[in-house]
Amino acid sequence: MHDGHFGRFGGRFVPEVLTTTLDELETAFDKAQADETFAAQMDALRRDYGGRPTKLYLAEHLTAHAGGARIYLKREDLAHTGSHKLCNVLGQGLLAQRMDKRRLIAETGAGQHGVATATIAALLGMECRVYMGEEDCRRQRLNVVRMQLMGAEVTPVTTGTRTLKDAINETMRDWVTNVETTHYLLGSVVGPHPFPMIVREFVKVIGEEVRGELLEREGRLPDAVMACVGGGSNAMGMFHRFITDETVRLIGVEAGGHGLDTDQHSATLVAGTEGILHGARSYVLQDDYGQVHPTHSISAGLDYPGVGPEHAWLRDTGRAEYRAATDAQALEGFRLLCELEGIIPALESAHAVVPAVELARELGPDGIIVVNLSGRGDKDVDEVSHVLEMVTPSDGESDVHAPDRSPAHPPRSSARTSDSPQRAASSSTGGEEG
Amino acid sequence: MSEAIREANGEGRAALVVYLPAGFPDMDTSRACLEAAAEAGADLLEVGFPYSDPLMDGPVIQQANQVAMDAGYTPHDDIEMCAQLDANLDIPSLVMTYYNICWHYRAPDRLAGFARAAADAGLSGAIVPDLPVAESAPWLRVAADVGLASVFLAASTSDDAHLASAADASTGFVYATSTLGVTGTRESLSQRAEPLVSRLRAVTDRPVCVGIGVSTADHAAAVAGFADGVIVGSAAVRAAADGGPVAVKRLVAALAQGCRRGYRAPASSESAR
Ligand SMILES: Cc1ncc(COP(=O)(O)O)c(C=O)c1O
Repeated sequence: MHDGHFGRFGGRFVPEVLTTTLDELETAFDKAQADETFAAQMDALRRDYGGRPTKLYLAEHLTAHAGGARIYLKREDLAHTGSHKLCNVLGQGLLAQRMDKRRLIAETGAGQHGVATATIAALLGMECRVYMGEEDCRRQRLNVVRMQLMGAEVTPVTTGTRTLKDAINETMRDWVTNVETTHYLLGSVVGPHPFPMIVREFVKVIGEEVRGELLEREGRLPDAVMACVGGGSNAMGMFHRFITDETVRLIGVEAGGHGLDTDQHSATLVAGTEGILHGARSYVLQDDYGQVHPTHSISAGLDYPGVGPEHAWLRDTGRAEYRAATDAQALEGFRLLCELEGIIPALESAHAVVPAVELARELGPDGIIVVNLSGRGDKDVDEVSHVLEMVTPSDGESDVHAPDRSPAHPPRSSARTSDSPQRAASSSTGGEEG
Repeated sequence: MSEAIREANGEGRAALVVYLPAGFPDMDTSRACLEAAAEAGADLLEVGFPYSDPLMDGPVIQQANQVAMDAGYTPHDDIEMCAQLDANLDIPSLVMTYYNICWHYRAPDRLAGFARAAADAGLSGAIVPDLPVAESAPWLRVAADVGLASVFLAASTSDDAHLASAADASTGFVYATSTLGVTGTRESLSQRAEPLVSRLRAVTDRPVCVGIGVSTADHAAAVAGFADGVIVGSAAVRAAADGGPVAVKRLVAALAQGCRRGYRAPASSESAR
């Protein structure tokens, strides 16, 4: 059934040197899918090593704050390595082993996919090199150290934008050179066929778990499932099982950066045009000539001018909806989860929170929304504390307050709900005089 | 285009194909460099149209592309330069760029608009390294309509079926990649090139040129011993960067000598033709 296309999107736009290898990868994947030992190996690793299934948590305080639909969080942040990325690398790592490749290479933006790849390389005893934009090495330093601790070599990428796009270019160049010994463990539902299909198959367990557990607990399907979209893997993982459930809205949230009226964002599906990037036809942020634009997002993992081709197809068919959340909204979502739920989310995941609150209000109390909390935010703590000080207080658009500027006040009143008095203002964030 | 290669072979040398990017270090100098290469003995010119994400290119060509893009040149300016070049040359030239550039040219005509503009500018063919044969049908259609030749890459990692389909689809010549990897100068010539050319000879009568990592006159002489043509990119770009048209002329003259010195007509080629 796979010819590598989703409607007119997808395909395989790569140098000839890779085509035979991509064929081999597809064959290895098909064989593995038909092999019970592979399935058993995957199940055991996911469960005992990866911590699956991850929890589905009813976020009561966020729900009360929104004053509408019940908001559940799919706790991918609790999976081993701290994000949804592990599902994909477990699968591809085992495939690489079956293909007798002893070396793994990967691109990473936020560092979560790099950490996951370094993890599987350590587990399977493989050599590992991760390409990461120089700018991302800086803003996600914690993850650089994590990768190095597990024996991976991290190569900072200094070409072009020095972020995820150019990390992918550099990894492709390595692959073209070392294809005989090396598997490119691509980290999202992007790239040439068969990657978008393979990655989706390995992450779709997210939506399967949500669907099963929610049916048990609520006796019905959700009204909407939501996820942030960079390349689109955590969103595709959440959406895929629900595509045929037509009553369930699929909502992806892209990075709106400084706003869609600037060119400083990464909202590819909302504001991009059709093009060919990194081996596939999809939506791309580019100029009229096909030169790809530099992008911006506060979150390194969403800071990418492309997007998976299956999302392009879901967008065009209208099956999924895509919107954008700005940097300021992401920070607000970040603080809401910190303060109301005691969960520090990844900045990527935080993009889906404010749109979820808005939708909850629209749907009203009978609604049910599930948000994919794709990763945890330890890696972002430095960057957030730094940025919060920069955003306040002169930026009129944002009402995010740097904690140390309002020591005497409780956190933003909107971040608290008046009907949960037991949680009123004592607060963890008001203190700490700078 | 294949005639130009056969003609060189008829004169007892491998054809020399020289790559230089449009707009580097500026548009006029890039044209002067291409003309210098032609004067010094190139048989074919490959004009690079810069693209933001050139994943088949190493640092030398990446940096040259970046300079041209930073100067604000667009693919329309590149085509314009080719049109001017054509008036001064009597050898064929072809464009080398990435698929997204072709596909965006003069929307809504897109690929057809690009093919027509290239043909109108006097270009004879195109190399699009991220367009493998399997995805090439729409391009081949519009290229054939305007008489543009297409060149596909063949690599040692490809199985025989892929090699045959790349050769079949290549209406200009087949581009055999001498080594795995991206463009860039290399110290020594890879051992993979010769066996790859033999495998290609078994499946096609089309001319086979070898490129990627071919950097010196000695490399050119070695390749001329088993291939119909020699493609030099990064070394030429480096010459253009270091010494402009004068340096390009010096390098190309040396390469052309190598192409003559090392040439051996393939044993089977008489019967094949
Ligand atoms: C926690 C987290 N969420 C989301 C993403 C974005 O990737 P994708 O859209 O493929 O899920 C990343 C990427 O680094 C990430 O680390």
